[in-house]
Amino acid sequence: MSDIKKIRDVYLVKLNNSLDTESVNQIKTELFGKNGQISNSFKTLGSLPNDERKKFASDLNSIKEELQKKINSKLQEIEIREINSKLDNEKLDVTLPEREIKQGKIHPVSQVIDEISSIFSEIGFSVEEGPDVENEHYNFSALNTPDNHPARDMHDTFYLDNNKEILLRTHTSPVQVRTMLNGKPPFKIIAPGRTYRSDSDQTHSPMFHQVEGLHIDKDINMGHLKGCLNYFIKSFFEVDKIKMRFRPSHFPFTEPSAEVDIGYELKDGKIVIGEGDKWLEILGCGMVHPNVLKNVNVNPNKYQGYAFGIGIDRLGMLKYGINDLRAFFETDYRWLNHFGFDPLDVPSNYRGLSR
Amino acid sequence: MKFTMSWLKEHLETKHKDTQIIDKLTDVGLEVESFENISSDLDNFKVAKIINAEQHPNADRLKVCDVDIGQQNIVKVVCGAPNAKKDLLTVYAGPGSVIPKNNMKLTISKIRGVTSYGMLCSESELKLSDESEGITELKPSKYSDKIGNNFFKNNTEKVVDLSITPNRPDCLGVRGIARDLAAAGAGKLKNISHKIVKKDGSQNIKVSIIKDKNQGCTIFGSCLIKGVTNKESPKWLKEKIESLGQKPISAIVDITNFVMLDLNRPLHAYDADKIDKEIIVRNSKKGETFEALDNKEYKLDDGMCVISDQSGVLGLGGVIGGTRSGTELKTKNILLESAYFIPRSIRKTSKLLNIDTDAKFRFERGIDPQSIEIGLIKASQLISEICGGKISKFDIQKIKQYKNSEIKFNISLFEKITGFKVKENEIIKILNDLGFKISKKKSELNLKVPFWRPDISQQIDIVEEIVRIKGYDNIETIEPKKNRIKDTLNKQQKLFHFLQRSVASKGYFETVTWSFTDSKINNLFKENLNEIKIINPISSDLDVLRNSIFSNLTFYLKKNLDRGFKDISLFEIGPIFKNKQPGQQLTVIGAIKSGKISRLNWNEKDRSVDIFDVKKDLIQTLMEAGYDKQSFFIRDKSPTYYHPGKSGSVYLDKDDIDPVAYFGELHPNIVKKLDIRTEGVVGFEIYLDYLKDTKIKLKDQKPNFEYSDYQKSERDFAFIVDKNFKAQDLIDIISSIDKNLIRSIKIFDIYEGENIPDGKKSIALNVTIQSSEKTLEDSDLEKINKLIVTTVETKSGAKIRS
Repeated sequence: MSDIKKIRDVYLVKLNNSLDTESVNQIKTELFGKNGQISNSFKTLGSLPNDERKKFASDLNSIKEELQKKINSKLQEIEIREINSKLDNEKLDVTLPEREIKQGKIHPVSQVIDEISSIFSEIGFSVEEGPDVENEHYNFSALNTPDNHPARDMHDTFYLDNNKEILLRTHTSPVQVRTMLNGKPPFKIIAPGRTYRSDSDQTHSPMFHQVEGLHIDKDINMGHLKGCLNYFIKSFFEVDKIKMRFRPSHFPFTEPSAEVDIGYELKDGKIVIGEGDKWLEILGCGMVHPNVLKNVNVNPNKYQGYAFGIGIDRLGMLKYGINDLRAFFETDYRWLNHFGFDPLDVPSNYRGLSR
Repeated sequence: MKFTMSWLKEHLETKHKDTQIIDKLTDVGLEVESFENISSDLDNFKVAKIINAEQHPNADRLKVCDVDIGQQNIVKVVCGAPNAKKDLLTVYAGPGSVIPKNNMKLTISKIRGVTSYGMLCSESELKLSDESEGITELKPSKYSDKIGNNFFKNNTEKVVDLSITPNRPDCLGVRGIARDLAAAGAGKLKNISHKIVKKDGSQNIKVSIIKDKNQGCTIFGSCLIKGVTNKESPKWLKEKIESLGQKPISAIVDITNFVMLDLNRPLHAYDADKIDKEIIVRNSKKGETFEALDNKEYKLDDGMCVISDQSGVLGLGGVIGGTRSGTELKTKNILLESAYFIPRSIRKTSKLLNIDTDAKFRFERGIDPQSIEIGLIKASQLISEICGGKISKFDIQKIKQYKNSEIKFNISLFEKITGFKVKENEIIKILNDLGFKISKKKSELNLKVPFWRPDISQQIDIVEEIVRIKGYDNIETIEPKKNRIKDTLNKQQKLFHFLQRSVASKGYFETVTWSFTDSKINNLFKENLNEIKIINPISSDLDVLRNSIFSNLTFYLKKNLDRGFKDISLFEIGPIFKNKQPGQQLTVIGAIKSGKISRLNWNEKDRSVDIFDVKKDLIQTLMEAGYDKQSFFIRDKSPTYYHPGKSGSVYLDKDDIDPVAYFGELHPNIVKKLDIRTEGVVGFEIYLDYLKDTKIKLKDQKPNFEYSDYQKSERDFAFIVDKNFKAQDLIDIISSIDKNLIRSIKIFDIYEGENIPDGKKSIALNVTIQSSEKTLEDSDLEKINKLIVTTVETKSGAKIRS
């Protein structure tokens, strides 16, 4: 008995020393190898008398367990120490740059179209589209703008044929016509898209974007028009209050017609939309002219409603502080990077329009 | 349309302040563009101070002065005045000023080698006195704090500039504007007062309107004024003309212009002695020519409305007069014309000849046909007052009688359209003030529309009149309802938005470029599509609609490369045009990538972009959009603007006829032609219209979730195949051997060269084999291995590499 206790004491002392894996394994062999001291002790069991044997076996087992545990923990300790010492040599300069990042960008016009669609989606408008190339009828005549109408002069039209029959649409209003011809009232649509006029300076470019809105039902009046635009402008500029002014104006396809101004002020040279004392014209609208409804086979005695047209690029310029319209279409990498949006930044009602 | 407040008040009796009137104009739909003083030539003369005066290096009698002209501007002026000295306050005239005394216009000039920016003026030069000895000396007590201010007070009256919409010709005259203001409660419209004109004798030049087809003139009124002395206009008239920024010409011309601006009644004055016997209003004949008052010779077409005499054309009625019968200062006898021309005819003629005049602008929009006489009265009276002369009786020729148009207006329509109520008597008052003649019949008003309102023809026009005069502020704001009856976007639109952001998320910058492009670049990309010319392009390098997005993308790629950017990824989603009819367009994504991957990166070796970069972006985009990569099929066919050996097309399914996308390297010849200098240019195009609309929603397309936990085995194979043999076919053969067991196939090496025969290549691939029923035994694996080798060898002629 005292022998095995002695073995235990000796080896526990040994194992408390600082050791490497190899010497621990050596100890392991000395104790539990074929001729190991513990192994040999087990061999003596058979020669012991019965009454001693049980006690000895129990003691021996507990000593064996104790030593094994000690060895295992020692081995683990060594392993951890070795890893740790290795880690000291594996130190990287984590301030070195990561691998190449290529962040893409969404063009402001696309972002603004998504914002607009999201807002109008909330109040039940769906999106319709039409062709960029239109014929004279859909772009003008059906919209109560006959050939001899001076209003045509306000649209500097690009033509694709000498008879001036085929043209690039000067507004997105032809989508109104197409939508109404192809369906039955009620209509509640917006139509965003490219539009074209042969005009080019700081505030005009030969191509720009417009969103047309149309709501036709039995009892839609100018109050609904005001409410809709008020809701849209407030949502788009993400402000609680907005100053809005409806001014009488004239468009051949609406009557009564209005131009809408919103209040703004200049703060540090930037336009702040909201309550200032200056007015900014942002859109044209009105009640769809009975002649237009007749042209698309909608009975104007039964149905009525409003339409509006808003410049998308201009809205984007105002919201995001962009000064030059032409820059939208010049593909300057620096500009796209600066004003573009992250592709994951999808405007939506519940996450908010802009970050 | 411009006018001054005092002019307005000749027609409007009002106690309103200017600012109130300005607001009212806006409220009734007459948009105020500006309300300001017309800048005057005299604004160029500033109070200034000489802060230093030195001897001119090359001239004894000249000095070079540093002059403070205000707002921290100091200019150098060379001056010969003996009294020019430091600290003198005087009057400075900048370059561009016109010196009142001699009408000399100043320019920046070198005087004996020293540049002089403007001039210091003497009192005589400013017409203040005869003092010409030295420059003006201003009293410091009065002027020392006024440096930089205008020396002369701007005496011009403030001018209102309105932008008049095309439906309101009546407001192209001051009286019409006054009428609207009066109706809106901003005062009272004054009656037109005029003395009774004494008429002397008859108008003895015969006038006839020929009843030609589509005769553009329906009324021609005229009178003769004999024995006039044409001269400079009197001060009041000159000031009126000048206040509108126009130049006075002579009394007769100024008077006709004044009446036009006042009453929107265009007139024309002929030198009666230059008319050959009679006036004939007729259609022109093709080839007739005449010289107009703009000194241009016009060649006429058939059917234009001309005023002629026995010798030929005198003028284009309602558009422009001719030089042959124009009035001059020496003109003695005048024939004054006041006529009605039909808008359509005016518009047609002026468009064809490309002439734009004040008269044309007005007649085109519609002139009051009943204003013939009042125009003659007002103008002839003014002429005889200013120029003397005897006025003849008026001669008025008519081929058409004009009647007021009539509208039955149902009062309830107003509330139905505007959403608010206006009392009936208020409606009647508004319409009455606007000039309507009203009779009431139950809930209906019978309205006679005033002649000056050609824009009003139906009930809705009346609603507009009432609501704009009453004020748009009265319209209430009805909050929109938040209910939706239809999806906001249809499937194709959702796909558009999805793909747009999917491509951008792969590192591409979205751009928006013109739908038109340079035909020279377009030709490189148009393939077999038709060139679509724009008849009136904005510039010669934007002369066609684009047949491909690549024309603009490559153009702007080059621009950005020229800006010094190297590694560029751009894309655009938008229309390309197949032909010029509406609807013959496709929606396409075009993406382009240039330069290198990992340029100047410390831990990765850089390399040029290649087609497998764009192929990855393309395939991943299609996968993200919900298409099954397993069924994609690649062909090595592509449009000719791609590198023939380094490009391909993607089909959603092997059996599809149309590819949905192309990818590849841009053709080296095009890169060269466009002078694009970079390591590589690759790109892809996705045709949204060819992407199949999956009828079943993505969520419903998914099969049940099944998986296998049995052991996977991987085996490597290397096959020697013909050099042109396609990897896709090899994968196809292997995967079709046993779709249940063969889970994935990966190509990990392509090798040509040593140990491989000429014209052959080795494709090495790794096949993962797994059963969903059991753990495969060695014998099972052996069986499938053998099957793979024999099937590939028989189907493809490949040889397994030992």
